[in-house]
Amino acid sequence: MENIRNFCIIAHIDHGKSTLADRLLQETNTVSERDRQEQVLDDMELERERGITIKSHAIQMDHERDGKKYVLNLIDTPGHVDFSYEVSRSIAACEGALLIIDATQGIQAQTISNLYLAIEHDLEIIPILNKMDLASAMPDEVKDQIVDLIGCDRDDIIEASGKTGMGVGLILEAIMDRVPAPKGDPKEPFQALIFDSVFNSFRGIIAYIKVMNGEVRKGDLVKFVNTGKEYNADEVGVLRLTQEARPVLRTGDVGYLISGIKTSKEVKVGDTITNVKNPCKTAIDGFEDVKPMVFAGIYPIDPEDYEDLRASIEKLQLNDASLTFEPESSAALGFGFRCGFLGLLHMEIVQERLDREFDMDVITTVPNVSFNVITKKGDLVEVHNPSGLPTETMIDYIEEPYIHAQIISRADYIGQIMKLCIDKRGELKTQVYLTGNRVEVTFNMPLSEIVFDFYDKLKSISKGYASFDYYRTDFKRATLCKLDILLNGESVDALSSLMHTSNAYEIGRKMCIKLKELIPRQQFDIAIQAAIGSKIIARETVKAVRKDVTAKCYGGDITRKRKLLEKQKKGKKRMRQVGNVEVPQKAFLAVLKLD
Amino acid sequence: MSGIYIHIPFCRQRCHYCDFYSTTQIKRKPELILALLSELEQRKDWIGEETIRTIYFGGGTPSLLSIDEINQILDSIYLNYNVVENPEITFEANPDDLTEKQLRLLSETRINRLSIGIQSFFNDDLQLMNRRHDREQAINSVKMAQEFGFKNISVDLIFGLPNLSIERWNENLKIVESLNVQHLSAYHLTYEKGTVFEIKRKKGEITPIMEEASIMQFKTLIAWAKQNNFIQYEISNFGKESFFSQHNSNYWNQKKYLGIGPSAHSYNIDTRLWNPSNLSMYINGIMKKQAVYEKEILSESDKYNELLITALRTKRGLNLAQVEAQFGNRVKHHLLHNSQKFVESKKLYLKDNALVLSDEGVFVSDAIMAELMLVEEEID
Repeated sequence: MENIRNFCIIAHIDHGKSTLADRLLQETNTVSERDRQEQVLDDMELERERGITIKSHAIQMDHERDGKKYVLNLIDTPGHVDFSYEVSRSIAACEGALLIIDATQGIQAQTISNLYLAIEHDLEIIPILNKMDLASAMPDEVKDQIVDLIGCDRDDIIEASGKTGMGVGLILEAIMDRVPAPKGDPKEPFQALIFDSVFNSFRGIIAYIKVMNGEVRKGDLVKFVNTGKEYNADEVGVLRLTQEARPVLRTGDVGYLISGIKTSKEVKVGDTITNVKNPCKTAIDGFEDVKPMVFAGIYPIDPEDYEDLRASIEKLQLNDASLTFEPESSAALGFGFRCGFLGLLHMEIVQERLDREFDMDVITTVPNVSFNVITKKGDLVEVHNPSGLPTETMIDYIEEPYIHAQIISRADYIGQIMKLCIDKRGELKTQVYLTGNRVEVTFNMPLSEIVFDFYDKLKSISKGYASFDYYRTDFKRATLCKLDILLNGESVDALSSLMHTSNAYEIGRKMCIKLKELIPRQQFDIAIQAAIGSKIIARETVKAVRKDVTAKCYGGDITRKRKLLEKQKKGKKRMRQVGNVEVPQKAFLAVLKLD
Repeated sequence: MSGIYIHIPFCRQRCHYCDFYSTTQIKRKPELILALLSELEQRKDWIGEETIRTIYFGGGTPSLLSIDEINQILDSIYLNYNVVENPEITFEANPDDLTEKQLRLLSETRINRLSIGIQSFFNDDLQLMNRRHDREQAINSVKMAQEFGFKNISVDLIFGLPNLSIERWNENLKIVESLNVQHLSAYHLTYEKGTVFEIKRKKGEITPIMEEASIMQFKTLIAWAKQNNFIQYEISNFGKESFFSQHNSNYWNQKKYLGIGPSAHSYNIDTRLWNPSNLSMYINGIMKKQAVYEKEILSESDKYNELLITALRTKRGLNLAQVEAQFGNRVKHHLLHNSQKFVESKKLYLKDNALVLSDEGVFVSDAIMAELMLVEEEID
């Protein structure tokens, strides 16, 4: 046990986490040259492409020094705000963390929040300045930032380059010397933390675990504390490049446990596993039943694909327990599903995986956050859908979720960023000058405000330099209203949204303008209206086509004209019918990007 | 009864609105003539036993042909095909090619109908379109042709040009009126891919005419035609009684036709063929007696859609009995069902058991046709 080192990596997107991890795997001969591919850890196509980690991974390395054999477990954590809970569980499984900072870019918001998590869990931090091979590296400035941030010794910062291999040896040394061995008592009853799970079509749900105390043997009867369910440990083992079965996992070990579980919901990240006969006294702290906070309707473009879509979402859910869904129907879009996501990136990822891995063409409706409606009877109703709002007379008040938002940017942009946040109903909490011209601001903000084009605006204001992170805090009372969009007097349910009353006029007006651009002229005038209740707050008109310049039908080339008109007709068929108005699919999506 | 179309792809210069296949390699004309004659011989069987009732020289610029070349082609047709007595033989010509000498020679051939590409009587509009003639040449070509005995003359006009005023359009129609021709083809300018007009429009150098002006010009045209006893027998075609283009009417009446020359289309009810829009590919292929054409076998829905888009363009309209006889009861009901809203909005009306576009309907005919078409799953 004293030779085990469990560590994770904290890094911002593109700061070179995966490349450096690849170097460690090579250096320890964990990956043969033959198996080497870029970014071994990110095996999902989407992860490789975007350079982000969506799922947690773990990999075990062996390293020998002075005749002593070390077992190094690298737990790779998701790198995005939407997955901060998962990150916290991975961190809880470690004793040390490599803090990787891009020497050309300096510290980013997301790095800081994950770093705080690591410090909270008493992890030993090994700061690393990566990309030192680049001419634009600013080691002195970035080292100042790091020293300021974690109060370490300047000499403790390792200069490295994933690209050239510089510093990799030093990193390995630091892991062995500085990261403490796992604590825990081998004699205590078995207690393990689930830090992730994956789905395997032959084996079911596989839990990734860190043994905190005691040991687990193949065949043991185990219990998942939070779900209360009991299973046989059919197989336990360690996570090498592939899973390697072992007869036993002992205190401090990181590995996997297979018990034939078929539904992802039974394996909750953060849950504790113990032995049925000799159970541990307490569960591991920090477990949360993570609830999705952003909801949107997902509809098949072709209504006939409804069942396929269901099967696809079910499959996705096996690997992604935080995704929820329930059937819903819309007058405009037909049958689909109301899906719950951890955040916007999570939503985007689900959409992309549906497209790439399942070849599903879907329409996603305007997302909204989960609201709490407190009725006059005092009941709390969670509302995930504008149409699910109880009638006004039943509502006592409504609460909306708030976040703690943290933005780091160059000082030049901070004025505009603060304005943006305040426009988004943000309340400034702190403003800290980090080093040089970098400023960190934190805000209390309603989550719903970042659902509507917040990222894009932040990016454009800061020319792409601001980094943003958030975590959810609590619910607060809010004045909300339901904004409806009407086409020729008919309300389009898929375009309705719940929002703060102060935003409704502005957004209603913008939606009308956007829809005017997107809805093609038809044979009659189309009135596009935004309404709150029965009150119309904005209106635009798409004028009727009065003349289409008839393509010639001449010289015997009738084929061309026929194909032209057939194409036109097929285009129309793909549109959604709202009353007598044909609405193109893209109209349902594009309203998300208003301006 | 069928027609033969001969495509002469040469032009001295490209007109800025035109997307028909043409080339300026006029020096290859002798090779082309040989290929045309060869193709006429090779494709005798296309039309079967049917008689040839119309012959049409189109382009490009057929008026670049010499009288000898015209006669060679016509001789070959008469030799290889069964041509009726008094066929309609149309020759498209540019006003600047219709010199006194040329008209005299043309009048001695079998050609009995001229289609003169005037487009406009205003010199700046003609320049904008990159036409080679001017107002005077346009007027003179018609007058001289009449002096040489041509009694069936059609002229082409284009409206909806950028900045074309209603006054100018009226003036164009007035001149046509005074020239006492038998037929007018009047097309609204369309910005076709690859044309200079389209490129300029994309760059913002040309602003298409406003919709209201465009409708006004079309309405003016229709009113003018009625006053002057021109019958609008097809959306863009106006003829005096018994002077409708028989050749073009074939296209709209599902009659067979044989297209000779590069880019020409042929049709025999079940199949449509088209030659390559490339002079070298065409000549080389024909001379080696290879099948150079592309081919499309028309499905039932293709046939229905073609009937729809051609018949609705005509004054007779889309005959419901014909639809039922040819495509069955279900298709007829589908048509009746889908056309109901257009009948209600007075864009279509029923006359002699046929659906006919009203004047209002003509303005939006593309949308109506597209709506009534059958695509994929609807057929079964």
